[in-house]
Amino acid sequence: MEIPEGLRYTQDHEWVRADGTELVIGITAYAADELGDIVFVELPRPGRKLAAHEVFGVIESVKTASDLFTPVAGEVVAVNPDLTGAPELVNGEPYAGGWMIRIRPDDAAAADALLDAAAYRAVIGG
Amino acid sequence: MSDAALRRTPLDAIHRALGARMAAFGGWEMPIQYTGIIEEHRTVRSAAGLFDLSHMGELHVSGPGAAAALAGALVTDPGRLRPGRAHYSMICAEDGGVLDDLIVYRLGEDRFLVVPNAGNAELVAAALRERIAGRPATLDDRSAATALVAVQGPAAVTIIGALTDADLGALRYYGIVETEVAGFPALLARTGYTGEDGFEVFVPAEAAADLWERCLVAGGAHGIVPVGLGARDTLRLEAGMPLYGHELERDVTPWEAGLGRVVHLDRPEAFVGRAALEAARTAPRRRLVGLVLRDRGIARQGYPVHRPGEEEPCGTVTSGTLSPTLGVAIAMAFVPPGADAPGTMLEVGVRAMQVPAEVVPLPFYRRPG
Repeated sequence: MEIPEGLRYTQDHEWVRADGTELVIGITAYAADELGDIVFVELPRPGRKLAAHEVFGVIESVKTASDLFTPVAGEVVAVNPDLTGAPELVNGEPYAGGWMIRIRPDDAAAADALLDAAAYRAVIGG
Repeated sequence: MSDAALRRTPLDAIHRALGARMAAFGGWEMPIQYTGIIEEHRTVRSAAGLFDLSHMGELHVSGPGAAAALAGALVTDPGRLRPGRAHYSMICAEDGGVLDDLIVYRLGEDRFLVVPNAGNAELVAAALRERIAGRPATLDDRSAATALVAVQGPAAVTIIGALTDADLGALRYYGIVETEVAGFPALLARTGYTGEDGFEVFVPAEAAADLWERCLVAGGAHGIVPVGLGARDTLRLEAGMPLYGHELERDVTPWEAGLGRVVHLDRPEAFVGRAALEAARTAPRRRLVGLVLRDRGIARQGYPVHRPGEEEPCGTVTSGTLSPTLGVAIAMAFVPPGADAPGTMLEVGVRAMQVPAEVVPLPFYRRPG
């Protein structure tokens, strides 16, 4: 299962990538695989303030709906517009075209406290 | 994931070798998907799918009084079936609530096969045993010794035709024949739960693995793939078929589920639940409808259904998914009489959103031809 180095991860199977002062957030390949065929992603509006661990959206596979959790507190500055028409991007390229939201974190260092790739690999038993 | 209490079918090792995602269903650990629900679903619609349904129950009722005993135990009169034919039936409680839905096959003059859902198989076996007690009929629960493999889809007739000498032209929908399939003694039925043409093959449990492989080989050139219970659910939902625990429940009557026609009331004899069912017939409290969502969102079991602008829900979703064939979100739901006419606009509460949903006739999908 692909777990890129250089990203940060959560127990809830989200990944976080630092991009300048902003953070890009998505779900891991493991999570996408567990969900199966993803058919719908509901994302917040830009400008919304999110607290850490708050539900920022919902992802639906054929079988089920699952909450998406905010890894670190911040304000949504953009959401992935491609997921409206092509939610299957989350299955196909979870770390690239399947990204979900971009936030401006309240605390620039907050992501450092998240799991690194090795620690996340241990979480999923890989 | 592994739960010692869950039962495993004779094909369990094959599913694991194929990399299937396994999950609990009806007390069994079953394959939910192999490659992906959407791909498996589409292959059944366009070619063929191979299913392990060995979790289903197989209850053999036989004896000179078998037909009469079943007629008193079920909402249908299986005595009306000619040998080699089957019908859809239900077993109800005295108060008219549905204990399970079933297929009843008449194998011979005095021999019947009753197939309940996996999760209800023991309950149905116990209820049948009690209801036929004292009559000249016996019940033999062969669920553990029997495997059930289904081949469903437009190529199914070609694939099964390569594995049996049985005359498939003479085996019509809801027919069953005792024959050999892939060299094994089998009950070969033209039944299924997908909305496609197809077959269900009952064989001894020890023949299951060989039969499975032979179906894959015979179907290879026709595009057959193993299909899990995930796609089985989306296929049956598109076909408007009820699933116990969703559209059918202990407190649902056949009329509420739109299945009143199944109940044989035009007969003199008593059967369990008759009085309550006759009373329930005239005034269903709710009706099962099909819904197509007209905006983004997917309805799921338990989501509330509203009349537009009304805060108080008037109904509940029983099953819902994004239809792989139609590309829209479809659902079945219970709504009050008066809100059930096709064309009626309702709303489904999907989390914080109210998503417009139109009542449509069932099924959502009918196979071409």
